[in-house]
Amino acid sequence: MTDHELIWRIAGGSGDGIASTSQNFAKALMRAGLHVFTHRHYPSRIRGGHTYTEVRVSADPVKSRGDGYNFLLALGDSFARNPSEGAYYGNEEIKPLSENLDELVEGGVIVYDSGLLDASEIEDFDERVEENDWHVYDIDLRTIAREHGREVMRNTAGVAVTCAIADIEPDVIKSLMSDAMPDKILEPNLTVFDDAYEMVQEEFDVEAPDIQAPTGEHDEEQVLLSGSDAIAYGAIDEGCRFIAGYPMTPWTEVFTIMTQNLPELGGISEQVEDEIAAAALAIGASHAGAKAMSGSSGGGFSLMSEPLGLAEITETPLVLVEAMRAGPSTGMPTKPEQSDLEHVLYTSQGDSHRVVFAPGNAAEAYYQTRKAFKLAYEYQIPSIVLYDQKLGGELSNVPASVFDEEPNADLGSVLTEAELEEAPHDDAGKYQRFQHDTENGVSPRSLPGQKGGRYLATGNEHMPAGHISESPENRVAQMNRRMQKVDSIRAELNDDNEFNTVYGDEDAEIGLITFGSQQGTVEEAADVLNENGHSVKVFGVSEMMPFPKQQVSEFLDSVEEALVVEMTASAQFRGLIQKELGGYGDKMSSLLKYNGNPFEPADIVEGFETALLEGEELPDNRTKFVPKVGE
Amino acid sequence: MSAFSAIGEETEEDQNEFTPGLEPQPTWCPGCGDFGVLKALKGAAAELGLSPEEMMVTTGIGCSGKLNSYFNSYGFHTIHGRSLPIARAAKLANPGLTVVAAGGDGDGYGIGGNHFMHTARENHDITYIVFNNEIFGLTKGQTSPTSPMGHKSKTQPHGSAKTPLRPLSMSLNAGASYVARTAAVNPNQAKDIIVEAIQHDGFSHVDFLTQCPTWNKDARQYVPYIDINDSDDYEFDKTNRSEASEMMFETENALHEGTVLTGRYYVDEDRPSYQQEKKRIGEMPEEPLAERYFDDSYEWERSFDNFLDKHK
Repeated sequence: MTDHELIWRIAGGSGDGIASTSQNFAKALMRAGLHVFTHRHYPSRIRGGHTYTEVRVSADPVKSRGDGYNFLLALGDSFARNPSEGAYYGNEEIKPLSENLDELVEGGVIVYDSGLLDASEIEDFDERVEENDWHVYDIDLRTIAREHGREVMRNTAGVAVTCAIADIEPDVIKSLMSDAMPDKILEPNLTVFDDAYEMVQEEFDVEAPDIQAPTGEHDEEQVLLSGSDAIAYGAIDEGCRFIAGYPMTPWTEVFTIMTQNLPELGGISEQVEDEIAAAALAIGASHAGAKAMSGSSGGGFSLMSEPLGLAEITETPLVLVEAMRAGPSTGMPTKPEQSDLEHVLYTSQGDSHRVVFAPGNAAEAYYQTRKAFKLAYEYQIPSIVLYDQKLGGELSNVPASVFDEEPNADLGSVLTEAELEEAPHDDAGKYQRFQHDTENGVSPRSLPGQKGGRYLATGNEHMPAGHISESPENRVAQMNRRMQKVDSIRAELNDDNEFNTVYGDEDAEIGLITFGSQQGTVEEAADVLNENGHSVKVFGVSEMMPFPKQQVSEFLDSVEEALVVEMTASAQFRGLIQKELGGYGDKMSSLLKYNGNPFEPADIVEGFETALLEGEELPDNRTKFVPKVGE
Repeated sequence: MSAFSAIGEETEEDQNEFTPGLEPQPTWCPGCGDFGVLKALKGAAAELGLSPEEMMVTTGIGCSGKLNSYFNSYGFHTIHGRSLPIARAAKLANPGLTVVAAGGDGDGYGIGGNHFMHTARENHDITYIVFNNEIFGLTKGQTSPTSPMGHKSKTQPHGSAKTPLRPLSMSLNAGASYVARTAAVNPNQAKDIIVEAIQHDGFSHVDFLTQCPTWNKDARQYVPYIDINDSDDYEFDKTNRSEASEMMFETENALHEGTVLTGRYYVDEDRPSYQQEKKRIGEMPEEPLAERYFDDSYEWERSFDNFLDKHK
């Protein structure tokens, strides 16, 4: 982290309003002209359990959560205090304070709710405070909240204390509270805010800590949103008006955003019995002439493997989103990982093909979701947006202009009835919907209800009018045509290569390669490495299939060696590069993280300097280094 | 002009319209009950004055799955057990279509059982015809969910220890608003029931008894049937849920004792279909969604104008 950053961590129990409080805090500071980035850490349970959100605030653009943090607001978990639930919560009462200290930087600030937490319960607390030069404020936030409102408003009291200590203009927060809260609860919240703010001013020495929130100004209007928001808006702007799904963390976020918005846009959302049905509904709606999508996370996507193949062989446009979390099986529901990569690339029987995008940030998530729809409908092929819990859930500010794009509801390669009249039909009057002799592999489709467009869509191999056939000649012709579509897409993506991005000095000696949500973190790590005297550049690959062979091999050719950074345990992304490029195994090492947390820039810096350059083992099992092939 | 001009078009009552020409010829075995379903569906479609292009028939896997290869309409031969979710969505996206889903007893009551239950529960306005021959045919004669207890096959060599599933009772209890059983041995009743089922606004479940002369010679589907709606011995109010339920129970017992009872068991004209219900709560567009993509004057809304304010 740089000198003029505030990285504010609010910690407490699930259900205590940590998420909404931090969201409002981030938005208020964004409005004040700053760049913000949030990171959520939460357990797979509804209430209780340790949770925190970090809000990183900087005058300059930020791309990751950063390293460590410098301001802890420890709220305490009121549910843990319920004696009847003691057995369930165990000894978790002081977690919001004790659990978070490891990453608090030297000279940092601790504000804790002395109404709920007792620092003396933590054995070495005083020693650590002294050792790290932390500034501690024990404030009875609960009592302040109770006096003028309700106990839950201790969040507001905590935010007020933050403002007083970090020198944030109170009106920045208060005006956002006025926008976000209904009058009934706004009034007591404002009172709680003022009381807490004044109390700190009067009773504590707030000049002491050297932590001040930065100030800044934006060149253009910003919006604060998550990767899930960006994916949903990309779909909506591309004319998607039908979604079917089954709840599963973390995909549920996209599903919910779509469901809440579609009815007012004249669209349809269906929560259905399982993920097989969900993908099948998306296929049915798409077949009948609507732009449709579905999605899931790992386990649910396993069920979608079957309809995925059906969409491919029937050449029905299908857009799926896959929100990765740690597996196998149920794995860790609320923790990010990138280990569904191979699952998404290769699942489904036979030689099946699809388009897979892995956006690197919220803006890319928006554009690539739109691109996924364009390609799916133009080429009549399944198209998948692959992201993870991290990108889906983290909030960042994005220029509002990113979303100021024209809507597109073009269904792609569909014939009108007039065109169908001219189109080839078989002896029985059926439209030759799956014709062989096409330029780019695409044979335009008709929609049920159109005159002159009758055909049979089938999951079996079929003749041009759709009748089942095991003729060897026809099989090869159909297979070749379907594969030709992939080549055409590859060519189209090569011509329009806007998402695979190289960052850093062109002549750098060592390359860092990553994909998806890790892109921003790796770029920040590269900045640090270059400041430390190394010579590195970054390639963030956002197209997984068809793979951008040319760009990636050019990048690899341009560096002496490369470190592949990914959140998997088995180096899946590096394996993909080797498979697609047919080599480079002797040029790439891997830095892996699969402990449930995304990379921090410092992980990458450490992996690079310690393992890659010094050839020494990494000090703990947080990350893992896998050397080049042959080493 | 509508983008789907075949929808709503009046045609001559001609079954041949629904025959797709010389190819392909059905690959069903001689004497197969599936011919009866095909004939009944052709007859019903012609009687209803539907045009082949406003109909969409979805099927699953198995001998039954080939129905739409031999029936001249838009068709979607899906994967095992999935004809219903695809049919549901097509109807939601374009309510003008007449959507019929079909599959076998293994397809519909086994692998697709979950979809069957939920489609009935939601009361989608589609017709579901289940070819019930109490056997897996295309995979060569394994015990199916409707095979009687004690049924011996290569996969149940000691005889099935499972009671057969009761499809009529299942769909009634799940929420279907039209439940009937018919049989290939009675083509006239079969056609009439399919006509009614298609006309019915809501989920119509037709359990269609079909004989399998190759793999299930023991099944009762060959014997003369009794139409419960024509017989004074089986008087009940088919709009009354509990009377219908009792009659279904009786007939499903009787089937395995050798008496084939068919007819309409339950007809609920009052329950709104899923589409209507969804419209009532404001979650379903007034105009067919699919039409909108062809309407050049329609102004597509976008996130920038509609949702971005809350992120500012």
